[in-house]
Amino acid sequence: MNRQSRFIVSILAFGYAFLYVPLVLVVVYSFNDSRIATVWGGFSVRWYGELFRNEQILDAAFLSVRIALTSATIATVLGTMAGLALARFRRFKGRTLFSGMITSPMVMPEVITGLSLLLLFVALQQTTGWPGQRGFGTITIAHTTFAMAYVAVIVQSRLMSMDESLEEAAMDLGGHPLRVVFDITLPLIAPAMAAGWLLAFTLSLDDLVIASFVSGPGSNTLPMYIFSKVKLGVSPDINALATLIIGFVSIGVFAAWLITRRKTS
Amino acid sequence: MNWRRIAIAAPYLWLLVFFLAPFAIVLKISLADPVFGQPPYTQSVSLDSFAFLFTDKIYVITYLRSVLMAASATFLCLLLGFPMAYGIARSRPATRSLLLMLIILPFWTSFLLRVYAWMGLLNNYGTINTFLLWAGVIDQPIPFMYTDFAVFVGLVYSYLPFMILPLYASLERMDLDLVEAAQDLGASRSRAFWDVTWPLARPGVVAGCLLVFIPAIGEYVIPYLLGGPESLLIGRVLFDEFFVNLDWPLASAVAIILLLLLVIPIVLLQRYQARDQEGVA
Repeated sequence: MNRQSRFIVSILAFGYAFLYVPLVLVVVYSFNDSRIATVWGGFSVRWYGELFRNEQILDAAFLSVRIALTSATIATVLGTMAGLALARFRRFKGRTLFSGMITSPMVMPEVITGLSLLLLFVALQQTTGWPGQRGFGTITIAHTTFAMAYVAVIVQSRLMSMDESLEEAAMDLGGHPLRVVFDITLPLIAPAMAAGWLLAFTLSLDDLVIASFVSGPGSNTLPMYIFSKVKLGVSPDINALATLIIGFVSIGVFAAWLITRRKTS
Repeated sequence: MNWRRIAIAAPYLWLLVFFLAPFAIVLKISLADPVFGQPPYTQSVSLDSFAFLFTDKIYVITYLRSVLMAASATFLCLLLGFPMAYGIARSRPATRSLLLMLIILPFWTSFLLRVYAWMGLLNNYGTINTFLLWAGVIDQPIPFMYTDFAVFVGLVYSYLPFMILPLYASLERMDLDLVEAAQDLGASRSRAFWDVTWPLARPGVVAGCLLVFIPAIGEYVIPYLLGGPESLLIGRVLFDEFFVNLDWPLASAVAIILLLLLVIPIVLLQRYQARDQEGVA
């Protein structure tokens, strides 16, 4: 261990304060009784009560969770296949295009992805009649498309850092290639698949812009509801909602960190 | 071997249909003319939308503003992110994993709510102004909200983790002995930094900058919530042309030009990532 210079330590302190002070303040103000978000009116949990009585929020949250569960699962299946293909099949036709299409959705500005998918759905509807209405199905497809890219990259890098000799040994011992995949490869990359699924789930829950493009009238996801509300300014029940999400995520990430730390040490 | 073909074909087909094909449709519609009706564009082919983009000054200015805004946010992310990544990479292993977890954590919380958090900080009755008024530093609230400054802060805040993570990855891999050797051989600290540390960190710098710059340029939520009417960025223009003005061809043309602007950075990023993957293997 070498001592850090004072400069580095102060930048670190500033950086972490910059990242966390806004979140901490949202949490603090969520317990504020006053309707004006920044005037302290005493401690209260009434905004949490209002949150759970708000049907619109509950409906939107339910739709978002359904979309996230479905799209994360499909994305994990497709993304794992893609990761396997990129890491283990060195040469096949159209590999460059394939790896390009895998990485591009991750950085593509959301407005472009959203617009192009909506125009696809509109064109499909005109020619085939499907999708009859936009909502759950179209948002799920959109989320699957960008989330599978993340899964593929995570699985691919796990496979790259992994020794191929186990798989080769199983093949040499006469294992059917498909059995080798299911008995050896998949168990080894299971942690990467789980991480990919979780990331896909979170990204789906978080997406506002793409969902706004491809959803139809009447289907509002949770971010769409939040956005329509915060457009008008700071609102105390959104503070409560944000606190719940921050709390939930922090517990999850912290638990995962503790588990991996125990494993490594 | 059949299953291999399936493992390639299934994701391949999905991406062809839902990622590549849509761009062809965007291109086609960008070449149509807007009409009043359903769908709101003609089947004819013309370059009118593109011509309009380049003759109406507002679009050219908005593109330039977006590039400039994204570039300066990227630069500040690098300025703040580099010493942070360096500090994390050089800390004790136990501290390091905690610090790293704290960088990743905001990733998992909602992007929208993190931008929203700044609305409470920056507005006239917000935390910063309340504090400054209370401390007697100012006697009028400073209008931070709905300015370019607010958009800039929002961009840096939201994208900082995207800068730190790749920087950390390349700094952590670096052999510290090299820096020491350079200093033993008489290099000054700054000389050792620019001649040893910086070149070794460059893949992380390039990846981090691209990961911030590319999505920031088309950002919609941050300028919408924190920016004012004059801080127009191209993502917002695209959204409004489509949903407010219902001019599908023009919105498509805006998307095509934005895509052309981003082709080079995206290809660059893929090159770096491919090399990085190969390096791990």
